[in-house]
Amino acid sequence: MVKSETKKQTNIYKNQSYWGEVLSRLRKNKMAMVSLYLLIIIIALCIIIPIISPYSIETTDMKNREQHPNSVHLLGTDKIGRDLFVRLFYAGRISLGLALAVVFLECLIGVVLGSLSGFYGGMIDAVIMRLAEIFLSFPFMMFCITVVAVFGNSIPTLIFVLALLSWPSIARIVRGQILTLREMEYMEACEALGINDVRRIFKHLLPNVLAYVIVYATLGMASVILTETSLSFLGLGVSPPTPTWGNMIQEARNMLIIQHKWWYWIPPGICIFISVMCFNILGDGMRDAIDPKMKR
Amino acid sequence: MKNYIIRRIIQMIPVLLGILFILFFILEQAPGTPVSNMMHPKMTPEQKAELALKLGLDTPWYERFVNWVGEALQGNLGYSINHKKPVTDVIGDYAGATMLLALISLVISILIGIPAGVISATKQYSIADNVLTVISFIGISIPSFFFGLLLLKFFAVDIQLFPLFGLQDPLLMSNNLFDKIKDVAWHLFLPSIVLGLNSTASFMRYTRSSMLEVVKQDYIRTARAKGLKEKTVIYRHAFRNAVIPIITLLGFWIPGLLSGAVVTETIFALPGLGKISVEATMTRNYPLILGINAMLAVLTLIGALVADLLYAVADPRIRFD
Repeated sequence: MVKSETKKQTNIYKNQSYWGEVLSRLRKNKMAMVSLYLLIIIIALCIIIPIISPYSIETTDMKNREQHPNSVHLLGTDKIGRDLFVRLFYAGRISLGLALAVVFLECLIGVVLGSLSGFYGGMIDAVIMRLAEIFLSFPFMMFCITVVAVFGNSIPTLIFVLALLSWPSIARIVRGQILTLREMEYMEACEALGINDVRRIFKHLLPNVLAYVIVYATLGMASVILTETSLSFLGLGVSPPTPTWGNMIQEARNMLIIQHKWWYWIPPGICIFISVMCFNILGDGMRDAIDPKMKR
Repeated sequence: MKNYIIRRIIQMIPVLLGILFILFFILEQAPGTPVSNMMHPKMTPEQKAELALKLGLDTPWYERFVNWVGEALQGNLGYSINHKKPVTDVIGDYAGATMLLALISLVISILIGIPAGVISATKQYSIADNVLTVISFIGISIPSFFFGLLLLKFFAVDIQLFPLFGLQDPLLMSNNLFDKIKDVAWHLFLPSIVLGLNSTASFMRYTRSSMLEVVKQDYIRTARAKGLKEKTVIYRHAFRNAVIPIITLLGFWIPGLLSGAVVTETIFALPGLGKISVEATMTRNYPLILGINAMLAVLTLIGALVADLLYAVADPRIRFD
């Protein structure tokens, strides 16, 4: 019995690529898988609901304004008669899409600068790392607020600022990994074969770092969603009429709404909470799956 | 040790200058000149030029940056037009509430987060561990403004147990110091829970993972093999080593708390730095924005230095030279 089980165990890993192994380890983590499915559901709803809904986010309907949740308007309507249910999921598109853009940009800057820093060392390393230190020492929230004050709160500005402030962490991770990998024997082989620097970095070093970048990006999604929604809540992020989960909750700063109209602010709050939590749990699970020795 | 501190402070200078330079550069891109708010619409161009000259605005921005740094070193951060006071005075007026709030939250998160993390790690995979892990995930995932609004709704609006906003009750007649402290504590109760939840959860997670790593070490097995009590093993041998990485976190946490205070202060309408910096943004009060940013940048760098020094306190093996 025991023997056959061990055999089964080894079979799972047999003939599997690195990513196959990671995936099968991740599949065993129930919490992470539930989070993954939840995220897929949330993203699918954000894409589909605004398409199939009979209401658009901008149509105002003065006859049916300030309605309580009912069978026609599942989450009621706001004070100019816009359907809050469709706005909720459209807001999800903005919040999640913006977070994705920030994380992508931040990983791009971080990976390029981090690998240059780790690969070349010396002066390049010193300059990039000092730059990273400067950006890490910025008072995060305060700096976002400052930039928004100067350049106004458009979505591109927001993406740029958040990415600019977040790349140093990923650059440090990539640099650290490349510093260790650089000393390995296969890199000597690369040198002996006369493979050029660009190919060495992109083909032989970065694929080994990719796993860490993916973990970081997943956890990064969580923190970017939190930051963007906080800024939008303060009125310093994405500004209405474009809805995001953050600025929808802004309505709750009105005492009447916080007291009597839960459908204005509770649903977007729950959406933020669930998606951030899922990204956190999934990221954690992926870290454990990639590096079982690091299991925490 | 003294040499180390001096060297670290010298290393901090270029980083600080870099931060201030970037900030100054960004604020320079702002539409309108700093005097456009102060100008009377009926002023003649000559008068405008004279005012600009008086304020030193006729020089290029990098020269003004050097001047600003020179003045800042002497403790002059400029003048806040909206408050009709020097920026240092404005910061002084509002820093108290923020510091108090941040300090209370920090104490809460240390007192709850670290012991909870230790319990979670020593009883890995138990029910207590699972519950605490779920709580910590909730803590790092719930947006502070949403959590704040929920608390506000249930405890201040619905059952009216706590005050809605502010730091003090304006109607409080008593001059008794004890009553005043009680009043402020009552007002800060919900805000410090909101601000503290996230850091408590983070401390819990870090403590747990740090402890889990330490209890696997050989010297812990040795300590157990010697027949030491489990309590002694955990708290004297394991915890002492596990706490070192957490101390670093502590140093970085101080500026984080101040950032978090922006949201908390806005929800609970507390008269703190976060609230005035949002106001400063809305009213484009650039000297104040620059002043608050500069102060926070200095605090961030000092926090990192303090973290390094505390390292040596927690771990006698670390020597600076």
